[in-house]
Amino acid sequence: MSVFVQYLVNGLTIGSFYALVALGYTMIYGIIRLINFAHGDLFMVGAFAGWLVVAAAAGMHLPVAMQLLLALLIAMLAVGLLAMGIERVAYQPLLKSSRLSILITALGVSLALENGAMIAFGAGFDTFPANILPLTGFHLFGAQVGYVQVAMFALALLLMVGLYLFVQFTPVGTAMRALSFDQDAARLMGINVEGVVLITFLLGGSLAAASGVMMGLYYTQINFMMGFLMGLRAFTAAVLGGIGNIPGAMVGGLLIGVLQSLSAGYISSQWQDVIVFAVLILVLVFKPTGIFGERVVERM
Amino acid sequence: MALLEVQDLHTFYGSIEALKGISFQVDEGEIVALLGSNGAGKTTTLRSISGLERARSGSVRFAGQEIQRTAAHRIVQLGLGHVPEGRRIFVNLTVEENLMLGGYLLRRTPHEVQLRRDEVFERLPRLLERRHQLAGTLSGGEQQMLAIGRALITRPRLLALDEPSMGLAPILVQAIFHTIAEIRKSGTAILLVEQNARQALRLADRGYVLETGSIVLQDDAKALAENRRVQAAYLGGEPEVAL
Ligand SMILES: Nc1ncnc2c1ncn2[C@@H]1O[C@H](COP(=O)(O)OP(=O)(O)OP(=O)(O)O)[C@@H](O)[C@H]1O
Ligand SMILES: [Mg+2]
Repeated sequence: MSVFVQYLVNGLTIGSFYALVALGYTMIYGIIRLINFAHGDLFMVGAFAGWLVVAAAAGMHLPVAMQLLLALLIAMLAVGLLAMGIERVAYQPLLKSSRLSILITALGVSLALENGAMIAFGAGFDTFPANILPLTGFHLFGAQVGYVQVAMFALALLLMVGLYLFVQFTPVGTAMRALSFDQDAARLMGINVEGVVLITFLLGGSLAAASGVMMGLYYTQINFMMGFLMGLRAFTAAVLGGIGNIPGAMVGGLLIGVLQSLSAGYISSQWQDVIVFAVLILVLVFKPTGIFGERVVERM
Repeated sequence: MALLEVQDLHTFYGSIEALKGISFQVDEGEIVALLGSNGAGKTTTLRSISGLERARSGSVRFAGQEIQRTAAHRIVQLGLGHVPEGRRIFVNLTVEENLMLGGYLLRRTPHEVQLRRDEVFERLPRLLERRHQLAGTLSGGEQQMLAIGRALITRPRLLALDEPSMGLAPILVQAIFHTIAEIRKSGTAILLVEQNARQALRLADRGYVLETGSIVLQDDAKALAENRRVQAAYLGGEPEVAL
């Protein structure tokens, strides 16, 4: 029992990181029908941005809480802007051409980000300063729960709820939902479609960056390829929840995190991704619209 | 002075020339009918005016301003509303959300949007009863009312309507035409594309007839309704007595 709870707690923590990245996949797919293969790499860039800020802030002898806050905010802003720039330069000119050309462009952007990071930071691992986060915690049903885990989970949840409220209740959020359905009709409402798409990338990018910073702090090690696996897992989460569906991405991310943690714990960590991707295949075969998706996806 | 003035407009789909240099105008407060058979280019005309389609050449002036190269969302801002063919309401959003999007340009003054939304509800009470329903669950007539109501929130100076009566039962067609007359009374000019030529000409001040991308006839609505050629092609041949 206590072991199971432990796996659950760990799974929910990493699951919340997956969920933040999955949200970006799902929003971007929802709005322009693009599987943004570069999205996982934005997560990686976010981790490095946070790492740089922590190093700089530590150099200035700022208190740890301030270091972390700055790392999070600056990384989110920087990666959000980077995502907007990528959309504007690489994707926007292709929105009217074939699906395939934009998909291949996304793969190209992904490679460019990975190799750019490798040139900038080297191919090895970089580490966050040891003991930057407290290791204390409490016991719950015999499992050890770190305060850090709780804080990260709460922060992820806060960001997700914030995003959900934004999309559901603000005019711009409503515009996002509208133009994912009918772009021309959205234009006739006076909606600047290109602008709203850019805002979507800004949001998706900053959520990925928040995830990157938290994951980097959680595991302490970061590497230029860390976005690749994250991208696959978060994409799986988005598909599992029903791609295009925002609550679906949140639930999908948490489920994948828990599934991965349980399979690593009870079977073997070597099998965890096999099991996660087996789930992806099963979902695609038996319920291609995912848990929450009931509307048919292909409209373009 | 003309509110909308279109001159020598050419629009292409690839190599197909859908509009072959059309010119027409709509004055302040007027209802102008645009008639023509299937594929004549009526929808293309409206889309070229509202910026959804880029004309290759020619000029579109609205309220004294050249808008032929202006982005669609800016054209709406200038006061030119367009209810597209097939309604195109957001079926995945509620009735209320559809109306709120109609007021997207006024989003910095939510209070104003609510006032105008309530005006629409007053004019179209069926929508009020269904405000929390997904728009996709409305009947065809209700959807058309929603599409029109949504375009009215910005209080456009000109409203272009593309076949508002399409697919509706006769009683609903009457209701739609009644609504159009009311909209004109409030000072909005109307450019009306209709298959239902008889009704359209009864309501309109003037009309144009489009054939394969060219305007072949233009006259007062009454004169058009009596025109032999129009009667043969669009009014089912019988002379119009109800006028
Ligand atoms: N997206 C498009 N791509 C290519 N050709 C098009 C496109 N839209 C319209 N056309 C062509 O342009 C011409 C004019 O079409 P349009 O839709 O403007 O006609 P319409 O008068 O509105 O017809 P209807 O009464 O059937 O709605 C037609 O020959 C049509 O086939
Ligand atoms: Mg048409």
